[in-house]
Amino acid sequence: MQETQKKQLQKTACEIRLGIIEAVHSAKSGHPGGSLSIADLLTYLYFVEMKIDPKNPKDANRDRLVLSKGHCSPGLYSALANRGYFPAEELTSFRHIGSRLQGHPDMKGTPGVDMSSGSLGQGISAACGMALGAKVNGADYRVYTILGDGECEEGQVWEAAMFAASKKLDNLCAIVDYNGLQIDGALSEVCSPEPFDKKFEAFGWNVIVIDAHDFDQYEAAFEAAKKVKNKPSVIIQKSVKGKGVSYMENAVSWHGAAPNDEQYEIAMSELKAALKELEA
Amino acid sequence: MADVIKRATRESYGDALVELGKMYDNVVVLDADLAAATKTGSFKKAFPERFYDCGIAECNMMGIAAGLSTTGIVPFASTFAMFAAGRAYEIVRNAIGYPHMNVKIGATHAGITVGEDGATHQCNEDIALMRTIPGMTIINPCDDVEAKKAVFAAYKHEGPVYMRFGRLAVPVVNDEDYEFEIGKGVTLREGTDVTIIATGLEVSQALEAHEMLKAEGISARVINIHTIKPLDEEIVVKAAKETGAIVTAEEHSIIGGLGEAVATVVCDKCPVPVVKVGVKDCFGYSGPAAKLIPLFGLDAETIANKAKEAIAKK
Repeated sequence: MQETQKKQLQKTACEIRLGIIEAVHSAKSGHPGGSLSIADLLTYLYFVEMKIDPKNPKDANRDRLVLSKGHCSPGLYSALANRGYFPAEELTSFRHIGSRLQGHPDMKGTPGVDMSSGSLGQGISAACGMALGAKVNGADYRVYTILGDGECEEGQVWEAAMFAASKKLDNLCAIVDYNGLQIDGALSEVCSPEPFDKKFEAFGWNVIVIDAHDFDQYEAAFEAAKKVKNKPSVIIQKSVKGKGVSYMENAVSWHGAAPNDEQYEIAMSELKAALKELEA
Repeated sequence: MADVIKRATRESYGDALVELGKMYDNVVVLDADLAAATKTGSFKKAFPERFYDCGIAECNMMGIAAGLSTTGIVPFASTFAMFAAGRAYEIVRNAIGYPHMNVKIGATHAGITVGEDGATHQCNEDIALMRTIPGMTIINPCDDVEAKKAVFAAYKHEGPVYMRFGRLAVPVVNDEDYEFEIGKGVTLREGTDVTIIATGLEVSQALEAHEMLKAEGISARVINIHTIKPLDEEIVVKAAKETGAIVTAEEHSIIGGLGEAVATVVCDKCPVPVVKVGVKDCFGYSGPAAKLIPLFGLDAETIANKAKEAIAKK
């Protein structure tokens, strides 16, 4: 990837992170940790990978994204706002009464949201259904779904994994956000679903492992996934929970907590400084 | 009821799907390794490219149906009521109900008449579960004719529909030219002393009860409520006003089913005695379906007795 494009994506990712902090701070609740860990992924998907048109969010031939880990809605909303689906100012209405930015994604209310999600383990099934729909209808769009690593403890994830391989859904690409932390602690301390690579491989998937904060690796991974026929692909991205905000990084306490005013100022100044550095 | 034709509504479901498949390209049928029992096997044979077996994974199947429905396809997700409404409840609520997906759920082997398989498979709770989901339409057809028409009506209806079918062959009470409309109850027999409001296979039992009561000089109205949600409140209130006493009859728990739906309306709009015939707060057990009907108090004689009880409460 060219340096100019990479720098632009890094800047966009920074803007998306700023939006996440704005939204969560305004709501005084929400999930910043896992939203920040997928900010680079969402940037790559919405600004490079996916064939979409923010002016025509229901286009039948668009690529689709199902945020199976729906609690990371601040990440999705910030990406959608930055991509032009709705005004960025709306991010501060997140979780407020009357807002179309619900605590978890609501496809009926929010432009650009392809599936209502939030109850873990279900989004990947819906994504499989969308991918199957493309096969039935002879359409060539692709379907992406983002799973939490802890989410993979849900049995339905593996029901869907079986289905996708069985039906040869090569138009489906799942991404597991492997930040290693879930609400009750490290995956290994809770009820580890690891190893992800061997499990998905055993379920018949094409497996790609990357660093979640490197756009060159995203480009290589998504291009490779598109070339694989007759089986679904999964990108296991090793990420840093809370990435981009110093005190949130790798801290389980920031899974589902909002920063207070002081913490908000620190987060915003760190992200703005990072953005300024990229613009220099 | 000599020479009466009997047919299981699961058979009607299978037949109707094939007919629907011939008419509409966007019909896709899903099953969870029960195609031989749910009778979707005939659709699989006729349209193999539009039939997908999801394996023994009902939760995933409901999610697949949700995803498919976003692409213009009308999926019919088929399995036993126990797994469709019970096991997959939360997926039906969140992935189908909340986004109001255009998904049709074909739930077969509902109620006590599953018979020999026993309690684990006798789902007497599905109507109650589905009633709690906002926007869910629930259809419990009473015979072969109604079941087939219900499948077509469900296809044409925009939004989630739960269809409830049985394993036991039941009498055909409707003529082929019978007109079915979602949400519209049907008065099968006029009456002035009491109204029997029945659903599913209890409709034919209610018709028998009507004859028994008639022999005793009691005039019992019989109403078939095929759509439990949205309930035809008008026909219920009219019956309450005109006959002053109601008996409900359903092959389902008395908790959360037709009886409670009717009682709620009657209580709000025209309070009269409502007596419920249904499965009491208990699990089922193994046995031939025909014998289980009287054992669980779902037979015509019980309905007739409860009708007299309701009249006495006036």
